[in-house]
Amino acid sequence: MDKSGSQVIFDFFSGVIHLPDWLALGMTHVVLILALLVCILVSLAFLLLADRKIWAAVMMRRGPNVVGPFGLLQSFADFFKFIFKEVIIPAGANKGVFLLAPVLTFTLAAATWAVVPVAPGWVIADINLGILYIFAMSSLGVYGIIMGGWASNSKYPFLGGLRSAAQMVSYEVSIGFVLITVLLVVGSLNLQDIVNAQSNWSLWFTPLFPMFVVFFISALAETNRPPFDLPEAESELVAGYQVEYSSTAYLLFMIGEYMNIVLMCAMTVILFMGGWLPPLRPFGLEFLYVVPPVLWFILKVCFVFFMFAMVKVIVPRYRYDQLMRLGWKVFLPLSLLWVVGTSAAVVYFPGMFPLVR
Amino acid sequence: MIAQALAFYLFAGIAVIAGFMVISARNPVHSVLFLILAFFNAAGLFILLGAEFLGLLMVVVYVGAVAVLFLFVVMMLDIDFVELRQGFRDYLHIGVPITIVVLLELIFAVAVSAVSSDAVNSAVNPIPPVEEVSNMRAIGHLLYTDYFLLFQLAGMILLVAMIGAIVLTHRRRDGVRRQNIYEQVTRAPADSIEVRDVKPGQGI
Repeated sequence: MDKSGSQVIFDFFSGVIHLPDWLALGMTHVVLILALLVCILVSLAFLLLADRKIWAAVMMRRGPNVVGPFGLLQSFADFFKFIFKEVIIPAGANKGVFLLAPVLTFTLAAATWAVVPVAPGWVIADINLGILYIFAMSSLGVYGIIMGGWASNSKYPFLGGLRSAAQMVSYEVSIGFVLITVLLVVGSLNLQDIVNAQSNWSLWFTPLFPMFVVFFISALAETNRPPFDLPEAESELVAGYQVEYSSTAYLLFMIGEYMNIVLMCAMTVILFMGGWLPPLRPFGLEFLYVVPPVLWFILKVCFVFFMFAMVKVIVPRYRYDQLMRLGWKVFLPLSLLWVVGTSAAVVYFPGMFPLVR
Repeated sequence: MIAQALAFYLFAGIAVIAGFMVISARNPVHSVLFLILAFFNAAGLFILLGAEFLGLLMVVVYVGAVAVLFLFVVMMLDIDFVELRQGFRDYLHIGVPITIVVLLELIFAVAVSAVSSDAVNSAVNPIPPVEEVSNMRAIGHLLYTDYFLLFQLAGMILLVAMIGAIVLTHRRRDGVRRQNIYEQVTRAPADSIEVRDVKPGQGI
């Protein structure tokens, strides 16, 4: 978070309550983490509703409109309904792993947000290898699904888990290459540096645009969003790895999944759309800087999420072999080629990339 | 320093316990899950040492990719562990010498590093110093300049191994209709639809 903001909280704990310094520092972090988590969870509730509303609007339905004005409280109603239901554990299930899987999904999704900068300096852990941390955490996300699928001890969840393991590992490869092209151009793995690198020129309009497309589609596949929602394809696998889950366990899966989706939106914004910087920077629209940076960030994330939602409605589900073909035969060579081209450009035309040391 | 020591004992302790559980767990899938836990804690130890790039890379490569495939295979195989244990005694005369050799080598390595001052010094003063170069840059420098040829050769060997495995196991089945995306996309209505004028009372 903001340097001065965290300083205020620290001063409160050390000055007003007279805690020792190390405890005050710890408490400051706890407060910041809780603040970020609450913000994300509350905005998730509305993004979930937005997802359903957009879906409904395209299908010329009304969508959820009963709970609260315009159905605004629908997500909260769903939340309480999930919490107050009984957790059913199948008799044949592997109990420990069965319960661990959703917790793991949720924890990993939440932990990834620690390094996401939402405005200059507004980040819980400003680590140098931020991009690698996010990549590592999102590659762990597959465990929640595969463990849930296996521990349910049932055919459909198991098939869903296996599908998703193969799918997420495949698309991780192309995401990795896209990240490499971006950090080749920027010359740093720190997420704040990546955003700042876009302050005078936008990656959006540079030759990285095809990588933006690859990243967007891979993000859809990585988060098991339609049209790549094969792990939970309802027409063939009922609900995939989630079949046996109910109540809070299912809720954790769903929140974790949506957290990952919003994270991928945030990553798209940070890597390609200039993060918290105002749009249309090359045209010198100075008055856009009046809007607080965090608001730009939120607006952009919402825009990318809108695209996610539109893709969900418009595009029919892929067949599994087509999904694998897209990942391995189209995206992998394309992104590999782009990595080679970008590195060549960085080496032979260093003037194009002022930030690379 | 206390926090670092605590973190070290936490990561190291969990890694050792998880490593023990890998060989003692009854369910093979549990074994793999404990193996993943051990990997994860080893990554934690790396980060504690200041080698954050290696630590995160370990999570990405071992935990995120290799162990997923492990888990994949073990789940599919449906191993009966009781049956596997029956042959335990038969392998003992191979397993015990190997264990003893590895143990001796470990003791030897530790003893040498304790005796020779060079090894201790190089561990205390990593080359290049952490303050000057980030460890990612240092690793990149070593791999892509000093050991470039060896690195490339290792990559080629892995590639050959992968292609070899595919060549050995792949068999082309007859009678499988494969999708040709190019053919599908270039298909026009003109060469796939035929309009016939069917007179009443007659077939085509």
